[in-house]
Amino acid sequence: MIELYILLIFMIVGAIIAIEVKDLLSSVVTVGAVGIALSMAFLILKAPDVAITQLVVEILCLIILIRATLKKDLPFISTGRWFLNTLITVGFIAMFLFVAAKALKDLPDFGYPIMKVAKIYIANGLAQTGAANVVSSVMLDFRAYDTLGEATVLFTAVIGVLAVVRKIGRKNQEGQDD
Amino acid sequence: MIREQDKGMSVIVKTVTRFTMGLILLYGIYILSHGHLSPGGGFAGGVIVALSFVLLMLAYGKETALKKFPKGVVSFFENAGAIMFLSIALLGFTGGYFFLNFLDKGEPYKLFSAGIIPLCNIAISLKVGAGLFAIFVALVLVKLESEKKV
Amino acid sequence: MTIYFLCLVLFCVGLYCVLRKRNIIKIIVGIIICEYAVNLFFILAAYRVGGRAPIFSAQTDISNMVDPLPAALVLTAIVIGLATTALLVAIAMRIYEKYGTFDITKISELRG
Repeated sequence: MIELYILLIFMIVGAIIAIEVKDLLSSVVTVGAVGIALSMAFLILKAPDVAITQLVVEILCLIILIRATLKKDLPFISTGRWFLNTLITVGFIAMFLFVAAKALKDLPDFGYPIMKVAKIYIANGLAQTGAANVVSSVMLDFRAYDTLGEATVLFTAVIGVLAVVRKIGRKNQEGQDD
Repeated sequence: MIREQDKGMSVIVKTVTRFTMGLILLYGIYILSHGHLSPGGGFAGGVIVALSFVLLMLAYGKETALKKFPKGVVSFFENAGAIMFLSIALLGFTGGYFFLNFLDKGEPYKLFSAGIIPLCNIAISLKVGAGLFAIFVALVLVKLESEKKV
Repeated sequence: MTIYFLCLVLFCVGLYCVLRKRNIIKIIVGIIICEYAVNLFFILAAYRVGGRAPIFSAQTDISNMVDPLPAALVLTAIVIGLATTALLVAIAMRIYEKYGTFDITKISELRG
């Protein structure tokens, strides 16, 4: 499991670089590197479905973010109550970390899950659905309502993007982009 | 000819895109149709299919891609995916309840098995791919117009 | 237990970015990092020592599978995360159109 620690430390360092670097394009590209490291971590943790999806989604996410930051590189100005703001933020995060670290003690140990629900799925999955991939049978047969909700959320997000973007198109009358 | 070459990227990128786009599309279809046997499934396959059209759009410019894929076709595919998923779910009432796996399970480890799961994969991939491609088209198109204005 | 704590540290890095930075693109980056940390935590909780991927095979009999349920939950969460990120980017581009800046303090000044 040493490679998992290396990947996690790489991800933390990459995240710190991504939020501290001045250039917006470098920041976005560093987030892409963190996402690909996350995909490798999924592969080590024996979840190949999630690894493929994460890798593919990461590429599209990177394209969209680069599209947003292109030619809009602005210098970052820090003025005002810098010290007070940082102090309050660090205090909040320290409190959060303390409480969460206490809560982590009640979890089962790493590598030994309880699997109370998944036991039934693994035992009956192949016989009841006929699908060899248990993740697929959980997602589309045992728990298809989750997927239905996901489709609804995706549809709402698409409608939201089109609505936000369309308002600009209406303002200049000469361009008919439809 | 020269005007066509001005849109989009250079000739090298266009040539490589012409060779690779079909392969990427085929790989996406493979991923989504084998979702019940191997890693993958509707989500990853749909995003890969969308990425192949995104590649076409990035390399050839928006006019060529939108001539192949107008906005109406994209919205039609998204609606078709949603209606297909819901109608598969509703057909479960013929046997008892919503989302019932009413088809024959078939023989395990074969492509035509597992009842409604491959059909659901196809529906989900249509929905996800068309939705994400619509988001990409909307972001790219509108930004180009407003950049011209500013 | 250490690995859970490292995952929590990753979440806190993203949380610091969301709370402290003033550039909208940086805030979106922080939200993406938080999302990564939560997804990774789910999959970490599902891991089993010596486990195999949850896919049945015709040749060998596999008994020690990792937990498939968090993988199915995370799979939907990743795609939803992409969609919400695209929505955030669209709103950020709209804000840039109207105000000409990504700085959130400037935006509130300009309005009043």
